[in-house]
Amino acid sequence: MELCSFLTLDSFIKDPLTHDFMRKALLMSSLVAAVCGFLSSYLTLKGWALMGDAVSHSVMPGVVVAYALGLPFSLGAFIFGVGSVALIGFIKQKSRVKEDTVIGLVFTGFFALGIVLVSKIKSNIDLHSILFGSPLGISLSDVKQTIFISLLVVILLSIFRKDLMLYCFDPRHAKTVGINVFFLHYLLLTCLSLAAVVGLQSVGIILVVAMLITPGATAYLLTDKFDNMTVISVLSAIISSLIGIYVSFWFDLETGGSIVLAQTFIFLFAFLFAPRYGIFKLKKLFNDYK
Amino acid sequence: METINYQNFRIEAENICVDYNGKVALYDANLRLKPGQICGLVGMNGAGKTTFFNALTGFVNISKGKIRINGESVRSAQKDQTIAYVPQNEGIDSQFPISVWDVVMMGRYGSMNIFRSPRESDVQAVKDAIERVDLTDHLSTPIGNLSGGQRKRTFLARAIAQRASILLLDEPFSGVDIRTEKLISELFIQFKNEGKTILLSTHDMIHVREFCDLVLLINKTVVAYGETSEVFTPENITTTFGGISPDSLFGPES
Repeated sequence: MELCSFLTLDSFIKDPLTHDFMRKALLMSSLVAAVCGFLSSYLTLKGWALMGDAVSHSVMPGVVVAYALGLPFSLGAFIFGVGSVALIGFIKQKSRVKEDTVIGLVFTGFFALGIVLVSKIKSNIDLHSILFGSPLGISLSDVKQTIFISLLVVILLSIFRKDLMLYCFDPRHAKTVGINVFFLHYLLLTCLSLAAVVGLQSVGIILVVAMLITPGATAYLLTDKFDNMTVISVLSAIISSLIGIYVSFWFDLETGGSIVLAQTFIFLFAFLFAPRYGIFKLKKLFNDYK
Repeated sequence: METINYQNFRIEAENICVDYNGKVALYDANLRLKPGQICGLVGMNGAGKTTFFNALTGFVNISKGKIRINGESVRSAQKDQTIAYVPQNEGIDSQFPISVWDVVMMGRYGSMNIFRSPRESDVQAVKDAIERVDLTDHLSTPIGNLSGGQRKRTFLARAIAQRASILLLDEPFSGVDIRTEKLISELFIQFKNEGKTILLSTHDMIHVREFCDLVLLINKTVVAYGETSEVFTPENITTTFGGISPDSLFGPES
């Protein structure tokens, strides 16, 4: 893939679209980004970044076992994702070890189990694609699964959008007015596990947590309205995915890493120049200039 | 307007105990409040004030004892929107991207459909509540841009919009400006006349004398409970605060 000096923006965008695998990758990654971006606003506001990291790493053995048994990998991932959270809660309650330590040791334990299983179970599992994602090599059955899970998560989040916002903001009030907080807690965890599963196809297990927290953090710097935050989060996630895939196509870079780097750059931009919360406060600079 | 029977108890807590993983936070606590009564909840940090609130709202489970709200279980009180909880300012994430209007609307969630889409009556209730706390100019202000007093009033408005008959207020006067303090005390008188029952925790002894018909002194359990004039004595307060003289807490008596 040679980068010609007369490459125009037009062909920069259009050329990759002539490849079937690129069209599929762009579409699927956008979908995955939208789902993770949607969830991201809740996770960043709830302070669940570490939890997101834990769940996304813990799904590893689930994916491996499911592949080995010929089951949908989302099922295995889901069981281990929720299982890890239950285990974290249990150990925290029954021991004097602090929560962040418990989270760290549980997810690394699960992750290690996954790696050991991959080396033991003889199958065609590609460790590299699990760890680093393979948006350019998504199979048809994976496409179906991804679409199904994505729709499920989007529908769940849409229905319980306001309840989840209340749960993140003031769970005590939610409980006081008879809203089922226990259900909302596990709903959010379920969505987290499912989003981790679809996210790992794009960027892999190691980086999927970025899909779950960076868009939300970026949006949080740009607005004071929850609905806007969700929209900005989703948009920034989708744009990052598109940029990441294009850049990796033209410059022959690792796709997952490129997507996450694009997200990080967008975050840094918001961090520096966000109108109200950025370091340089663009709005203020503009007003001073006037 | 529903008729209020002033003889029935709104809150009945009998010998309630709460423990967190074996660590006792509150034991053998009793409380009975009728409509139109304002009760002060006084105790040190860690004496179990917030735990008491949490038990009444059902946010934590009691390990022993019985709680009746309007003669029914806590669960049905939740369903009926009977209790409103007004958190202390430190208890909320003030950087949460949410406006005054949206916070107050959360007072209506419990009586809305599953999508929490506001009906005309919900919108009206929210408008009225915001007007009563004098925040009409700040409808769409994010709570992060409010002063401590304005934020406190926002959560009071949420309780008003909920139309709860029992209000639990955690440190309603801490960190608020004089204007808010005055507005809250006026609201208390209105609530009392409307027959609402109020339980408020406070560090400020002067407020107890000013507003509270009854006072509940706690230190993991009830130290003293009764009419403020009878129970709120220097001796009882000293016991509640573990031997510290009340003078050092709220100045010499005037």
